Amino acid sequence: MLLDLQGIEKHFGGITALENGVLQVEAGEIHTLVGENGAGKSTLMKIVAGMLRRDGGAMRWQGRPVDFTRPAEAHQAGISMVHQESLLAPHLSVTANIFLGCEAAKGPLFDHRRMETDARRLINEHGFPLDPASNVYELSPAQKQLVEICRALHGASRLLIFDEPTSSLSDAEAAEVFHIAQDLKDRGMGIIYITHRLAELRAIADRITILRDGRTVHSGPIAALSTDQIVHHMVGRKISAIYERESLKPGAERLRVDLPGICFTLHAGEIVGIAGLMGAGRTELCQTIFGVTPATHGSILVDRSRVSINSPQDAVRAGIALITEDRQQTGLTLSMPIRANVTLAHLDGVTRNGCVSRAEERAVAERFGERLSIRAASVEQPAGSLSGGNQQKVVIAKWLFRDAKVLLFDEPTRGIDVAAKAEVFGLMDQLARDGAAILMVSSELPELLQIADRILVMRGGAVVTELPRSTTQQEIMQHAAVDA
Amino acid sequence: MKTGSAAWQRLLPFLSLAALFIFLSVASPNFLTPTNLAAVIRQTATINVMALGMTLVIVSGGIDLSVGAILAFAGTMGAMAMASGLPVPGGIAVGLLCGLFWGLFNGVLTTSLKIPPFIVTLGTLGIVRGVTLIISGGLPVVGLPREFESLAEGSLAGIPSVLFVLGVCAVLTHVVLHSTKLGRYTYAIGSNKEAAVYAGISVARYTIAVYAISGMLTGLAGMIEASRLMTGQPTAGQGYELQVIAAVVIGGGSLTGGEGSVIGTLIGALIMGLLSNGSDLLGVNPYLQQAFIGAIIILAVAVDEARKRRFRQ
Repeated sequence: MLLDLQGIEKHFGGITALENGVLQVEAGEIHTLVGENGAGKSTLMKIVAGMLRRDGGAMRWQGRPVDFTRPAEAHQAGISMVHQESLLAPHLSVTANIFLGCEAAKGPLFDHRRMETDARRLINEHGFPLDPASNVYELSPAQKQLVEICRALHGASRLLIFDEPTSSLSDAEAAEVFHIAQDLKDRGMGIIYITHRLAELRAIADRITILRDGRTVHSGPIAALSTDQIVHHMVGRKISAIYERESLKPGAERLRVDLPGICFTLHAGEIVGIAGLMGAGRTELCQTIFGVTPATHGSILVDRSRVSINSPQDAVRAGIALITEDRQQTGLTLSMPIRANVTLAHLDGVTRNGCVSRAEERAVAERFGERLSIRAASVEQPAGSLSGGNQQKVVIAKWLFRDAKVLLFDEPTRGIDVAAKAEVFGLMDQLARDGAAILMVSSELPELLQIADRILVMRGGAVVTELPRSTTQQEIMQHAAVDA
Repeated sequence: MKTGSAAWQRLLPFLSLAALFIFLSVASPNFLTPTNLAAVIRQTATINVMALGMTLVIVSGGIDLSVGAILAFAGTMGAMAMASGLPVPGGIAVGLLCGLFWGLFNGVLTTSLKIPPFIVTLGTLGIVRGVTLIISGGLPVVGLPREFESLAEGSLAGIPSVLFVLGVCAVLTHVVLHSTKLGRYTYAIGSNKEAAVYAGISVARYTIAVYAISGMLTGLAGMIEASRLMTGQPTAGQGYELQVIAAVVIGGGSLTGGEGSVIGTLIGALIMGLLSNGSDLLGVNPYLQQAFIGAIIILAVAVDEARKRRFRQ
């Protein structure tokens, strides 16, 4: 046995993050670790990787009891982690990041040529779309994830922990990550794989361990469990993993986009999906409609009248909202309370005689908190202290308070757990029923097929086709892939 | 226990101020006298007024290194206007407008050229100081109307009138920061600029407003300084920017933006003012004084960081 964790405990102040973490990983297996946000997956993995120290329980590595006090100790023992959040130095090159902390040296100086060659070999071996010389800040979230993977692979590790490696990736890239994981497993490595995408588990995992509220509630071969059973273990109550949405009769035209290569309309009550591979221009389309990167040609019509959108202010004024793919960076001000985040896009709504009324703000935030069932102790809590799903609801609340009529959702379910996903879908459906027009970009095709009325497929910065809801993943991929 | 010590640490700047006050009252018979306290208020008024504006700038995630130079420019121009016959209120208005102008200059430059404010205001510092010296020929402006003295040196019911000026500015700045859109956006921009852009906030416009307000307060400080000296000094205010930034930082302002308050800044400025006054009264070597204030800045920020770290966990 490679890794054996028994009864792991971890407390933060008065909060118990882990109460009874149990996990056993063999060499040559892919072991998935699932659980809702806050179930303790990341805490458990940070203990394994030496980033946190346990408060109780036993940890054995290759049969010997261990207690890592620093990540470097775990790394030396052969444990590496691909992190969920990017822990890269943005102003250094891809190569420098891969070798950060273990640079190749020739005497007192760096051996730049060797590092460059090694990095290139590693990247080519896996066929990653990365240039070793480019700076990390120029990369997309998915590419950053690939750099993280390279960094972990570079060390001579026996156990590799993937913390949601595919949450920001398109299906094709996710498949590539599975391929890498399989390959490493075949070479005899142990893999721990944390994910929220239940659909992908079965394809790659051998065994599964399920955490709930800091305890291991189930551990065993994945083949023995149905998806519904997994979800049941995760949430402790019955919940359907499949969200069924009923299409509505589309109402009046809300948005008409007429840009070079991109032409479509969005009606009240409609949810239109946008599919495509990474780099197909989906996020860029959202940013253009929202005025972050204004269009140079073409036109955008809201409620049948032409609007000129040169900045996000123009877009917001026209009733357009963008729920960005990176909520921590662009969606929320994490250090400010929930209250201030909810009112940020529409402070006028709580301003009386030039003064922002905190009482009114609180009332507004509480109202939306209830309506969207945001789980928080108080609206004065910093937004950063919420779980991913609840953060996403705060972002949505911000735009509901602004009364946006056209909502652009860019990867709305990224990094949020099953139960929160169902809630976000429920909200989107409710918004559509209330007359909003919704554009939803998603890399998760099953989700698009569940919720969208029709699906636009993008490739190379253009919409190449429009497919009905009855389409299949295969058909979407045929249009999205370059060689089709 | 834990929350108790966190609250205690939040109060630490205020408690330090109170302790310092009590210590000086006991240590020096000359401290707790109306004359000395009035002198402290008069000496620190300039820095305090500037620190109010700097609080806004720092909360927005910016910095303004040019305030010392703007103070001299505004004081010199206001003095020249009065020396050439403009009545006192007119002269003060000239000073305010000069400050406003350079504040707008800083704000527009940093937002339109997308250059960090540290660089822009470092450049402005040089430009403004140079322009002031050219216009004045490097000579102090004298011959100011006698009434002008009352701005910095006058009293109302035994209380220095400049304290009222400071009080009004402090209350206004506090209200702006705490209860207006401008204030909320200032915190939002300082905490996460990108999120502010994506919320549809005109980040450039509010950033410019913040620098403009800071500039105007600095212009007022320039007139207070000119009134105290009864001359327009083109070389006034050298190094003030550092004292002003120190006051904001001691008071809990964060140079990474999003944090800071008017009350904190006033406490910070008062701590620095009392340290300097107390050292004079107690006969502490003025060179040592500087080193001491430097150490206080590091200590104050270290304690504040420890508090925040604990809070985050």
